[in-house]
Amino acid sequence: MVRNFPPDFVVRVDKEACINCLRCVRECPFGVHEYDKEKKKWKRHHEKCVACLRCAYMCPTQAISIERSPMEYSPHPVWTNRVRKDIKTQAETGSVILTAMGNELPYLNYFDHLVLDACQVTNPSIDPLREPMELRTYLGRKPEKVDLDEYDGVELKTKIAPNLKLETPIMFAHMSYGSISIEAQLSMARAAKEVGTYMGTGEGGMHRDLYPYADHIITQVASGRFAVHEEYLKRGAAIEIKIGQGAKPGIGGHLPGTKVTAEISETRMIPEGSDAISPAPHHDIYSIEDLSRLIYALKEATRYKKPVFVKIAAVHNVAPIAVGIIRAGADAVVLDGFRGGTGAAPQVHRDHHGIPIEVAIASVDQRLREEGIRHWGSIIASGGIRSSADVAKAIALGADAVYIGTAALIALGCTVCKKCYTGKCPWGIATQVPELRKRLNPDEGARRAANLLKAWSHELKEILGALGLNSIESLRGNRDRLRGVGLSDVDLEVLGVKPAGR
Amino acid sequence: MCGLGGIFNREGRRIPGDDIITMARMMRDRYDGRGGGFAGYGIYPKYAEYYALHLFFRDEEAKEATEEFLKDRVAIIKDEEVPMRSIKEIPKENIVWRYFVEVPHRFKSRKDCAALEEDYIIETVFTINDEIDGAFVASSGKNMGVFKATGMPDDVARMYKVEKYKAYCWITHGRFPTNTPGWWGGAHPFNLLDWSVVHNGEISSYGTNRRYLEAHGYKCRLLTDTEVVAYLFDLLVRKQGLSLRTAAIALTPPFWKHIDRMPEPKRSIYTALRMTYAPAMLNGPFAIIVANRDTMVGLNDRIKLRPLIAAKSGEFVYIASEEAAIREIQPELEKLWAPRAGNPVIARLHDDVREEVIH
Repeated sequence: MVRNFPPDFVVRVDKEACINCLRCVRECPFGVHEYDKEKKKWKRHHEKCVACLRCAYMCPTQAISIERSPMEYSPHPVWTNRVRKDIKTQAETGSVILTAMGNELPYLNYFDHLVLDACQVTNPSIDPLREPMELRTYLGRKPEKVDLDEYDGVELKTKIAPNLKLETPIMFAHMSYGSISIEAQLSMARAAKEVGTYMGTGEGGMHRDLYPYADHIITQVASGRFAVHEEYLKRGAAIEIKIGQGAKPGIGGHLPGTKVTAEISETRMIPEGSDAISPAPHHDIYSIEDLSRLIYALKEATRYKKPVFVKIAAVHNVAPIAVGIIRAGADAVVLDGFRGGTGAAPQVHRDHHGIPIEVAIASVDQRLREEGIRHWGSIIASGGIRSSADVAKAIALGADAVYIGTAALIALGCTVCKKCYTGKCPWGIATQVPELRKRLNPDEGARRAANLLKAWSHELKEILGALGLNSIESLRGNRDRLRGVGLSDVDLEVLGVKPAGR
Repeated sequence: MCGLGGIFNREGRRIPGDDIITMARMMRDRYDGRGGGFAGYGIYPKYAEYYALHLFFRDEEAKEATEEFLKDRVAIIKDEEVPMRSIKEIPKENIVWRYFVEVPHRFKSRKDCAALEEDYIIETVFTINDEIDGAFVASSGKNMGVFKATGMPDDVARMYKVEKYKAYCWITHGRFPTNTPGWWGGAHPFNLLDWSVVHNGEISSYGTNRRYLEAHGYKCRLLTDTEVVAYLFDLLVRKQGLSLRTAAIALTPPFWKHIDRMPEPKRSIYTALRMTYAPAMLNGPFAIIVANRDTMVGLNDRIKLRPLIAAKSGEFVYIASEEAAIREIQPELEKLWAPRAGNPVIARLHDDVREEVIH
């Protein structure tokens, strides 16, 4: 049968500029460029190109450009090119379609329909270059009230539960060693330490090279329980139980044995070359009371010195689930919206399960308040946070802090080519191949990751100044400072936001 | 922009309303006639043990509905129309009535009966404001009352005959509204139980504060940001038992860079207060005067974006938006100063006045 499957991209090479240095051949991990030395002929495998742009930027004569393929099927609004290609792929392979990064379908992005307020006349805006502007955020349980003994000196009678202190309300999301390289993790760990925030280990354990940054690292306990032991739990600043992930709610994970190198095997505490399978559920958590037991087991193991977070994918019933998690003893609930990224997920799950993070924040924050337990735990939002404006809007809707994953990787050089699951990341991030890993210099990576946090923090301060606020806690849950543009009445009601003009 | 004034006699000696009216008049260019008001403490010595409810009714129907509701909830010891002059400057859009009421005896045997009684009164106030159309409780404390309307403060005073009342603590407000429409209930002072607040500025953190208070059972329905100040003082001081100084640390906390430099245990205490009361922090440009039965407090936002001046002369403590308002009624002052941003100035009965240094 004829394989009538047009490529997504075409590689154009300026033959006059090309000096046949073969750099592109070495740079492309997908084998797009092929040179027959005997016949002195080039062959470009367009169908393999993912538009990572690595070859284009490494070509010494800038001879290469990548374009969208002009060849497409006859247009049809329902049977789109993508739909047709997916069907053909599945007809050929009989398999689940695997992909990476976040949801690609054009669902409404609520962030882009929310606008922030600004001061005019009656409340002066504040210039952050002249006045103090505070972003410090504490994550964890807060008491209902503070009891002081003010008679004999002043004494604090209330015991404050362990909290994480963030100098900016932005953290690096959990991306495991295995899914990304140690160089990528090191970049984020150094940036987190420099800026005064945290990064997550993901499920892959903590490589020994990260130990110097352990006080800025949140360890993860996921369904595979890889790397989990007492020292690991005690070493990090906080512990996160991962129940689900926005990119693939309701399913587990799978790191193929080919990626389980000696170092990964040591860090994850599994045999070299064996598949690392994270089951869909935790097989010791089949109910909320089971989760509570795990939370307290982890707290016991760490002598109640570390906050314990629980991460879930934002799904339809997210509010009561999150309330249950907080009541079960979690110090924060992490909500991962359906635009959240991943290194590998079945396309059907990535694109069709879960709900947007904006509505999840709004409904969880509101429900916790209605039950009078908002102070029991913090809300950490993740999944599709692209800019400081998204951070500000997430916080105004009710989040305490956010995690950024995809944005952090883009800062490290990622171009979102969505091929993380192949392990051949052309930019040296989502790979364990030594030659590819060399492409990311952790010193440079740390500088860029820290720069991103600094730039967004700077912008957050400017946003607060324009809002006439000088502290981030006065924006938290302050939905009065948001207005909706082009949203339905029901959307506005769920978000707790007024329409623009009211 | 608004004009604030407060006079407090530390020995509890009562003075007629003339001085506070003069104070308000001196700040004429700070308001535009869309709201003026006064609160006096000590004005009802004969009924000092009863809650004095000042009510606005749009019509007789609202009054009847309210009285029907009140009869079932409280014992009305006395009720009467608040004496008023008809003046051409302010059309009388409300019936103004006062009720001296007592909470039924069912709480008396309980150890915490005072707190229960106060919560009961608050519930009563919220129910009237929320559920009875055309009725509004202007004040609900003991031995005190709020007199306010849409108009210039001195016209409001003339209408209510404020000069005829005697109080040991007076506060006043002249309003230049920019965020909510002018209506009698929206004029300041805002009151709940003994707490009265006058406010110049804007609470830019209103949304955060309101949702924090709503989670504690308060209902913010007055279409204005000032009410959250009164409720926050009620929550922090009356219900949670913080001292006024500690409440001020919660509401206008020092910046982290200052807290980080504090010695222990001070640093831990301030950190705990900021962490816990983050949603109570008042942000935005403001100057406020808060009064209750034995205290008057002046407080600015953390970077002092609105004026506030304090002064002392013998038994009297004065707080105002402008120095002129104080000098006009008392040229001889022992001390006059501009309190630092975020530091509360606290005047107490039978005690001195202090600027508490928290910043």
